[in-house]
Amino acid sequence: MALQAIAFYLMATVTILAGLAVVFARNPVHSVLFLITAFFSAAGLFVLMGAEFIAMLLIVVYVGAVAVLFLFVVMMLDVDFSQLREGFARYLPIGLLVAGVLTIEMVIIAINVALHGAASKNATPQASLPDVSNAETIGRVLYTDYVYIFQAAGLVLLVAMIGAIVLTLRHKAGIKRQSIPAQNARTPKTGMTIVDIKPGEGISE
Amino acid sequence: MTHANLSLVGPEIILAGSALILLVVGAFRGKGGVVFNGLSVLALLAAAVAAVVGPQGRGFAGGVIVDDLSTFAKVAIYLASAVSLVLADRWLARRGDSKFELPVLVILAALGMGVMVSAGDLISLYIGVELHSLALYVLAAFRRDDAKSSEAGLKYFVLGALSSGLLLYGASLIYGFAGSTQFDVIAGAVNDGAGQGILFGLVFLICGLAFKVSAAPFHMWTPDVYEGAPTPMVGFFAAAPKLAAMVLLARVLQEGFGGAVAQWQQVVLAIALLSVFVGAFAGLAQKNLKRLWAYSSIANIGYALVGLAAGGEAGVQAMLMFMVLYMVDVTGFFACLTALQRDGRSMETIDDMAGLFKEKPGLALAMTAFSLSALGLPPLSGFFAKFYVFKAAIDAGLAWAAILALVGSVVAAFYYLRLIKVMWFDAAPGAVEAPAFSARTIAIGAALFSFPVGLVALVWLDPVSRAAAAAFG
Repeated sequence: MALQAIAFYLMATVTILAGLAVVFARNPVHSVLFLITAFFSAAGLFVLMGAEFIAMLLIVVYVGAVAVLFLFVVMMLDVDFSQLREGFARYLPIGLLVAGVLTIEMVIIAINVALHGAASKNATPQASLPDVSNAETIGRVLYTDYVYIFQAAGLVLLVAMIGAIVLTLRHKAGIKRQSIPAQNARTPKTGMTIVDIKPGEGISE
Repeated sequence: MTHANLSLVGPEIILAGSALILLVVGAFRGKGGVVFNGLSVLALLAAAVAAVVGPQGRGFAGGVIVDDLSTFAKVAIYLASAVSLVLADRWLARRGDSKFELPVLVILAALGMGVMVSAGDLISLYIGVELHSLALYVLAAFRRDDAKSSEAGLKYFVLGALSSGLLLYGASLIYGFAGSTQFDVIAGAVNDGAGQGILFGLVFLICGLAFKVSAAPFHMWTPDVYEGAPTPMVGFFAAAPKLAAMVLLARVLQEGFGGAVAQWQQVVLAIALLSVFVGAFAGLAQKNLKRLWAYSSIANIGYALVGLAAGGEAGVQAMLMFMVLYMVDVTGFFACLTALQRDGRSMETIDDMAGLFKEKPGLALAMTAFSLSALGLPPLSGFFAKFYVFKAAIDAGLAWAAILALVGSVVAAFYYLRLIKVMWFDAAPGAVEAPAFSARTIAIGAALFSFPVGLVALVWLDPVSRAAAAAFG
């Protein structure tokens, strides 16, 4: 138990510090690297809670795909970050005001929950069965109870794909494309001409 | 079990299937065309029929609720989507921007809205919202070579992503404090007053949905998006998605948080009255008609929210009646804008409309009818829409809110009347081109609905909407 507590506090601290560093780092590449750190320690927290499947997903999907994609975007796009920060001082007061109000509200809620508990009558989430793995538990409901939502989520991705194609794909007229049938249909007769060149004249074509 | 579940989502299956088939057909043909658009319209009509004749009930572990309310909303949404496709066909073809993806995206948006109105769970709520809004972002930017259209799409996308974040944050708080994502279980957790944590989440959820219906203070995107997006698509944005989000809001509030009416009523009322006044006063300074009707739609969402804030069956019925009658007005108005063109340029400003009555008396009369109806002048249908809302508010003891909303609509009268004055009495600067037949027919049809067909339809709409509102029981 003591080991778990130590692991929890260690990873929770790292998550929060890395999260802060994401926002405050001057170099955007550093921000992305701190983001990866935050994902890793959050994955550790999930493992502590017994949700090993989500922990692995976090590492595979967020670290492996999303964060690397961010890194590509940050490195490949020539974004002038000093220009982006230009309006920072101007909008700081209103930003601080909104953030302050939200923080105060969250603290009030947190204190309230700590004193009175979340809610008396709520349904508590069930823990997964000890002899069934996470993946199997998710699999049991994903394609039965939640198949409707699962398919709809697939359609959301389809819309994103159609959108990306509609907005960016351009068919250029003069572009040269490979046509395999045309290549296979070539014979010496169609692909080649024999020209009889007289000495000293060259080819005019 | 599975069969019963699947039969509940018949309209969704029809729409998803036809969207996929049309997408493949379009990808192989490489272009759309009138027949392609006609097939898409047929798919939407088939889904509307399937929604009416299909069975009712709950399925997929509470993720889907099919009742009178969802059927009512689905039919209205599918019909409005079909009308917008008919309008878009000629308009885009004239500008050489006709693409086969447009009907596919409209069908997928309609599918998302259908998921929204029959959501019984926070997850299906979110998926529905995302499915329809992603399609709408693309539709807003559809004329990608037009700078304003691209700006509209980008603004809509960035602010929409922000609002989705708010919505998800709220949903996760509600899940954490209520222990479930299903509306009926949440209702059990709040049946005698919600705790602070749940309320905190609910406020975020309301903010996220208020963005989708463009209620103040989450309305900033509306004028820019309406100005830049293709005109027939603006008519679509202003009608169907608003109804879907309003029905969703009604379901969340009445079904999930029915026990905490006193707590959310003030939030909804504040948003409603703010929308009425922002829409009325900011509209005064507008010169572009699309921006003007964006502010008008903000104000009108305010009235619908007043009806919702009244709570109970009467409040929901008032909201439904208001939204459906308003949808006809706004679709008709944008059909007029779609039809009108002078010297190869769309007529979009108030000054462009000068002398329209001498040029095109039919369309000018139709636009007059829509403006007066949106203003709420009897005997046009808009009057009855407002009548329902104010009656529900007064019966619920919110007479002061009804009076404030009435003041807002008097202020808004100025811009509707100015448009009418310009159309009827100012001199025309040049000849208007012949309008497309489809847009003209839809405009005149919608105008006839505003008066006098709407009055007859009210006799039929009233019991139907009452039955739909009674679904909350």
